[in-house]
Amino acid sequence: MRFMMLMIPKGYGQAGPDFLPDSQSIQTMMKYNESLQKAGVLLALDGLHPPSTGARVTFAGGKPTVTDGPFTEAKEVIGGYWVIQAKSREEAIQWALRCPAKETDTIEIRQVFELSEFPDETQAAVNKLRA
Amino acid sequence: MPAAAFQTDIRQTIEAVWHIESARIIGVLAHIVRDGAVAEELAQDALVAALEQWPASGIPRNPGAWLLAAAKHRAIDALRRNQRIREKHQELGRDLEARQAMAAADLESAMDDDIGDDLLRLVFTACHPALPTEGRVALTLRLLGGLTTAEIARAFLVPEATISQRILRAKKTIAEKRIPFEVPPAAELAERLSSVLDVVYLIFNEGYTARAGGDWMRPELCEDALRLGRILAELAPAEPEVHGLVALLEIQASRIKARVSPSGDPILLFDQNRVLWDRLLIHRGLAALDRAETLRPARGRYTLEAAIAACHARALTPADTDWPRIVELYSELARLMPSPIVGLNRSVAVGMAYGPAAALELVDALREEPLLREYHLLHSVRGDLLRKLSRETEARAEFRRAASLTENERERRLMLERAAGS
Repeated sequence: MRFMMLMIPKGYGQAGPDFLPDSQSIQTMMKYNESLQKAGVLLALDGLHPPSTGARVTFAGGKPTVTDGPFTEAKEVIGGYWVIQAKSREEAIQWALRCPAKETDTIEIRQVFELSEFPDETQAAVNKLRA
Repeated sequence: MPAAAFQTDIRQTIEAVWHIESARIIGVLAHIVRDGAVAEELAQDALVAALEQWPASGIPRNPGAWLLAAAKHRAIDALRRNQRIREKHQELGRDLEARQAMAAADLESAMDDDIGDDLLRLVFTACHPALPTEGRVALTLRLLGGLTTAEIARAFLVPEATISQRILRAKKTIAEKRIPFEVPPAAELAERLSSVLDVVYLIFNEGYTARAGGDWMRPELCEDALRLGRILAELAPAEPEVHGLVALLEIQASRIKARVSPSGDPILLFDQNRVLWDRLLIHRGLAALDRAETLRPARGRYTLEAAIAACHARALTPADTDWPRIVELYSELARLMPSPIVGLNRSVAVGMAYGPAAALELVDALREEPLLREYHLLHSVRGDLLRKLSRETEARAEFRRAASLTENERERRLMLERAAGS
C-alpha cells in the first residue's frame, strides 16, 4: 500500500515568493528522510514552492478561471509531500509521528488509490484490454 | 468506540511499530548477546510484553524506546543466566561485567554507528547456506522485515504453525552448527551475498508469479521483498549486485498493475497496457540500475537481468523495444551463467531482433536439453515462432503441449487459447 504524507506548515500561505527553507530545517528533515530511505519505505518526496508563486484554476460556471497566488482564503496549504510504502494506515501514521515537524505543522496522511480498488468495469476500461 | 474496534487498532498499531522498529531492536540486542537467534527471541519477548501491556496502558509516547528498553532488560538477564552466551563471551575473551556495563551505557551511540553492521550480520545469519531455503525466507522476513509469524503465514498461504516450525528449526540449526554472528570473510562474501539476494528474489517471485493452482499474484509479498532489497542497498551501498537486484525488483513491480486482467487472467508483456506501468517504480529502478553499473561496469547476474528489464521499461510501446540490445545482454548473461533457460530467453530476443527463422534454429538446438524438454515455455516459444513462420499445424501442437506441461491453471488456459486462436 502507498500513502501520501502531506506537510501542511502553518502560515505557508503567507510565505513570500523568495522563500527558501533554512538550512537547519533542511538538515533536520534530511535525517528523517534518510530514516525513511534506510527503512526501505520511501518512494518519493518533494518540497513545493509557496502558493505566492503558484496559481489556482477554478471551474465555477463551467468556465475555467486562473487566479495567481497568494490565496488569502486558503487556511491550509501544502508545503511538501512524501509518498511511502506501508502495510497499513497505522504504519503510515507511525512514520508521520516520527517526523521532526515544527509545533505549528500538520501532516495529513492519505492512502493512494490502487486500480484494484475499483469495480471490474472501471478496471477493464482503464486497462483497455485487447478486443 | 466499541471495545473490539479499539483492540484491533492497538494490535495494528503494535504491528506497525514492530515493522518499523524490530530490525533495529534485534540488531542492538544481537550486538549485546552476539547471537542472532537469541536476539530474535529476546525481541519477541519484548513484543509479547507490549501486546500484553499496551492495550491497558495505551501506546507509549515513544514506542520504539519502550520496546528497546524492555528487550535490553531481557538481554542483560540473558547474559547473566544463559550458559551458552556466557561461553561465547569467554570464547571471545570478553569480560561479562564490562559487557553488561556497555549494554547499559553505550548502546545509544553504538546503535547509530554499528547498527548497520549488526543488521548485516543478522542478514547473513538468516541466509546462511546451512539453513533450508524456507527457513532462510521466514527468518529473513522476521529479522529484517519485521513481520510477525502471522503475517508471514498469511503471505505464504500456510498455517501459522508451519512458519513457527520453520523459524524454530532454523534457529536450532544456527545453534547446533554454531553459525557465527558475523559478516562473512572477504573470500566468501560474494557468494554469501549472492545467497542473501537469492532469498529476497525468491520472496519477490513468490508474490509475483504463481507456480500452481489458480492464484496469480500477491503484491504485498512483492512490497515486502522490495523493502528488504532497499534496506540491503542502504546497508551495503558499495555492492553493485544489491542495487542490481533492487533495480530488477522495482522494474518488475512496475508492471504489477498491468499483468493481470480483472478476472485474474495473465496478460503477456507485449499485450500489457503500458500506461499502467508504474512510472515512479520505473524511475527508481533505472536509478538503481545506474548505480549498479556505475559501481562496476562488469555486470553481475541481477544487474544484467535488471538491464534487460530496463530495455522493456524504457519502451513506450513494444515496437520501441531495443531488441538487439536485449540480445547482447542475454549473451552477456549466458556467458556469466550458462543455462538453457537463459538460452531460451535469448532466442526470443533474437526472434524479435533478427526474425523468427534465426530464433527457431536456436530453439530447435535447445529442444534436446533435458531441463527444457518438459518446460512449458519452450513449447510456447516454439509455437509462437512456428506461427510467425506460418507453420500453423505445428504451432498449435506446440501450444497444446505447453498447456499440458504447465501446472498453473490460468497459464494452461492461456496456452489452450493460443492453440485455438492465432
